Amino acid sequence: MSTKEQKERIELLQGTLDLLILRTLLLGSAHGHAIAKAIEFKSDEVLQVEQGSLYPALHRLIKRGWIAVEDGTSENNRRAKFYRLTAKGRRQLATETTKWDKLAGAIARILRPAEQEGES
Amino acid sequence: MRRPKRMLENLEQDIREHIERETQDNIARGMPPEEAHYAAVRKFGNVTRVQEDTREVWRVIWFEQLLQDVRFGARLLGRSPGFTAIAVLTIALGIGATTAVFSVVDATLLQPLPYPQPEQLVSIQDDLPGVGARDVGISVPEWHDLERSGIFEYVSPLGGGGSVNLTGSSQPTRAFFLGEAPNYFALLGVNPQLGRGFDPEDHTPGFTLEAVISDGLWKRAFGSDPKILNRSLRLDNDLYRVVGVMPPGYHDPGRTTEERNVEVWLGNNFDAAPAPPPLRNSRFIPETVARIKPGLTMAQAQSRLDALVASLQKQFPEDYPAQNAWTVRLVPLKEAVVGNVGQSLILLLGAVGLVLLIGCVNVANLLLARASARGHEMAVRQALGAARKRLISQLLTESLLLSLIGGVAGLAILLSTKGFLLQMLPESLPRLRDISTNWAVLLFALISSLVAGAIFGLAPAFETRRLDLIPMLKLEGRGSTGSGEQARTRRALVVTEFALSLVLMIAAGLLLRSFWDLLQVRPGFHAQDVMAVQMWLPVPNDPKTDPYGTIAQETPFIRELLRRGKTLPGVEEVAVGDLAALPLGHAPNDRNPFLMIREGHENQRNEASLVNASIVTSEYFHLLGMTVLRGRLFGELDDEKAPQVAVINEAFAETYWPNQNPLGKRLNLKIVRGAAANPAWHTVVGVLADARTESLAEAAVPQIYLSLYQRRAKDLAIFLRGRLDSAVIPVQLREQVQAIDPTLPVFGGQTLNEAVSRSLSQRRFSMQMVALFALTALLLAGLGIYGVISYIVSERRHEIGIRLALGAQRRNILRMVLRQGLGLAIAGAAVGLVSALIVSHLMSGLLYGVRPTDPLTFSGVALLLIGVALLACYIPARRAMRVDPLAALRHE
Repeated sequence: MSTKEQKERIELLQGTLDLLILRTLLLGSAHGHAIAKAIEFKSDEVLQVEQGSLYPALHRLIKRGWIAVEDGTSENNRRAKFYRLTAKGRRQLATETTKWDKLAGAIARILRPAEQEGES
Repeated sequence: MRRPKRMLENLEQDIREHIERETQDNIARGMPPEEAHYAAVRKFGNVTRVQEDTREVWRVIWFEQLLQDVRFGARLLGRSPGFTAIAVLTIALGIGATTAVFSVVDATLLQPLPYPQPEQLVSIQDDLPGVGARDVGISVPEWHDLERSGIFEYVSPLGGGGSVNLTGSSQPTRAFFLGEAPNYFALLGVNPQLGRGFDPEDHTPGFTLEAVISDGLWKRAFGSDPKILNRSLRLDNDLYRVVGVMPPGYHDPGRTTEERNVEVWLGNNFDAAPAPPPLRNSRFIPETVARIKPGLTMAQAQSRLDALVASLQKQFPEDYPAQNAWTVRLVPLKEAVVGNVGQSLILLLGAVGLVLLIGCVNVANLLLARASARGHEMAVRQALGAARKRLISQLLTESLLLSLIGGVAGLAILLSTKGFLLQMLPESLPRLRDISTNWAVLLFALISSLVAGAIFGLAPAFETRRLDLIPMLKLEGRGSTGSGEQARTRRALVVTEFALSLVLMIAAGLLLRSFWDLLQVRPGFHAQDVMAVQMWLPVPNDPKTDPYGTIAQETPFIRELLRRGKTLPGVEEVAVGDLAALPLGHAPNDRNPFLMIREGHENQRNEASLVNASIVTSEYFHLLGMTVLRGRLFGELDDEKAPQVAVINEAFAETYWPNQNPLGKRLNLKIVRGAAANPAWHTVVGVLADARTESLAEAAVPQIYLSLYQRRAKDLAIFLRGRLDSAVIPVQLREQVQAIDPTLPVFGGQTLNEAVSRSLSQRRFSMQMVALFALTALLLAGLGIYGVISYIVSERRHEIGIRLALGAQRRNILRMVLRQGLGLAIAGAAVGLVSALIVSHLMSGLLYGVRPTDPLTFSGVALLLIGVALLACYIPARRAMRVDPLAALRHE
């Protein structure tokens, strides 16, 4: 509903949100809103995440033991939950990143010859 | 799992704070505060769904959802107790009845016989198709051939069963006994609880003089005496030694009630007195059971048996004339025991299943009506973000909850009325005692509940596919909306219901007509005011000790019996006959099959025919009011010194002497079961009109009657006619009989009307049950159409109000509503008639006197159904007619 005026934005691939959260937390712990902002900002606002969908993903990662949660205070001195990457999550991020690179590379290799054909 | 709870504790707060932060950011970007908040919420998405999705991360999802749905469903059901009660009751009755019938089907048809490796147990049946005879029994040499054939582990003839006077216990008592080869219990694979069974290798000639008794007899007659073993029993004056007591609950795999109630087992090798000489063509062993060798299939055993039969026929051409076409059939013992009752049971199960189905359709209709009332709720929930799949699964959970409650209630009703229901079953039903509430039955109840719930839950669940949110929401919670689609579904359900009911009612109608026709049949004999009391002359193993061993010895007893019988109060006529002479009252085994050879055909063995003979005194015919067509009946002079005579019925004359005068013809009767003693020539002296003494359903069964003064009979029936007190007569008669001979047992007094009625017991049972089910179906269908028409009327109140306001006649409104109901009923009847044609042909074997397409039944039932439909529609139609146009118009 909120995306009608922003049609250029890309919907996230299934499961990539988890990867993005892990990558964001690699820089240090953050609360939910900050994570959402970071993802939006770093993707130059191309990736469209319904911010709400962050929460089931966060809980999924907690359940798997890849991130941990602790209470803290935010920049404006308000109580907030901070999410932090665990050692297990760090390892997972490494394997997921490798997997993603392979996938992206493979897809790129498939797509590129088609482009070249089109040019010649 | 404490963690998830803690994790989720502050979720709502987290989300609120998240949105608050986003709002602040937006304000910082220069939005006005209100807009900033809405933008933040929009960006966040559906809060409820996020919460739900997050919770689901921590759940064993389906289970939690299920619990939630169940809780919600239960609350909902509790909130509309009227609806719940009707739905649960409908389902409870449906499931209860279906499960009850299934438990009978399970015990009779599905459960294996209660013996080890029951699939190896067979009944061996000899047929002589060349002379039209089936299951004629086997001879002792054939038994030995079968034993040596290598096909069977054991072969055990069963013979000489009956009712016997037992002395040697605390009280003289009567018991059913069975004589069988000593390998019998080894064959069945059962061991006594006390002592031992017979030694399978015991080759004592004749009776082994060892007895095994039932647990029931042990308790009844011997007070569970632990020292029962080696005690002596006196059966018909013969001494036996008790060697074993069977375990409680054991019973024989019998074909008849008597056979299943055997209480004394006697080992017998059938090769010495009282058995006749073991000749190959003396087929006096009525029944044979066997256990096939392990590893052999039924088909292999049968083909090896066929080869054996072929070689025996070659070896003994004299005994097996080719024209008889002797064959030996292996029938699975279970099949032999259950007999032809299967078709009736399947019919019953089908009928009760249809009732359940109709019940389901009714509940589906109720649910649909409620679904339309709940349309608003569903729309709101969907608008709030509930997934459609989730809504459907919730609706289904509600239906399943309903059906499971119904199923449990049904089982409860069934279990609490179990004793009463079992009494309703005809006693002749085979394997009656195997009926139990076992796991299979419980599983059946569970599965049928689930299936029922799925059936009636699907309709409302499908309705949610059509939910159109906007109009639903616009209706502001004002109950029923009922889309056109939904009305169509409900009409289709009613049509289905009517079709199913029609099928059931036609089945019931056909059975009812068959039964009615049977009751109206002129049986050809008078059962009114006639009683039959049975008695039994002893058959001692040693013929020399038999006080009634010859006709000369038996005749004076019979004459004295007739004389004394006449002195009893109210008695006008007395006659004596054997059990085969008991009209409709005798078991198949009481028949006396004879191989008959007619004079002039003696050299053509293929002309031999199997006939059933009754042995009676001359008074029998007049007492039963049978009509003499030609010739004469037995007279006082037809005794053992006079030439042997016979009286036949018309059917007999037409079968064997077509277009000839049967009087004076001579025939020779060779006993099929029993000693092959000197067959004498009988002269036909009289012809009787046909009477339905074998079966009310069979008009012309050839019958031949012999004189009791010329042929001996041991199992006797004393017939009395007059104004009789049926409670007193058997006692008085026993006093008279025991005044002649105190050792003779007298038992089983019954009026002939009772016998006639009992002969119809299985038919009556299935007719009553199907009729009951059909009535239930009719009631349900009536309720169904009533509900739908009421619904349509209330839907159209407004329209009717307008019509009336515009000047429509009230009569026309009535007609309009009735026409709708009639349309549904006729559509249902049309579908039903076609299905009924198929069903009625399948059940043609159960009918008597009516064709499966009987136009009267078909049209009558269809009219009745339409009549009921009109009646059910009339109530809502009248309501429609009385609509106050002003009120109806103001209402909306």
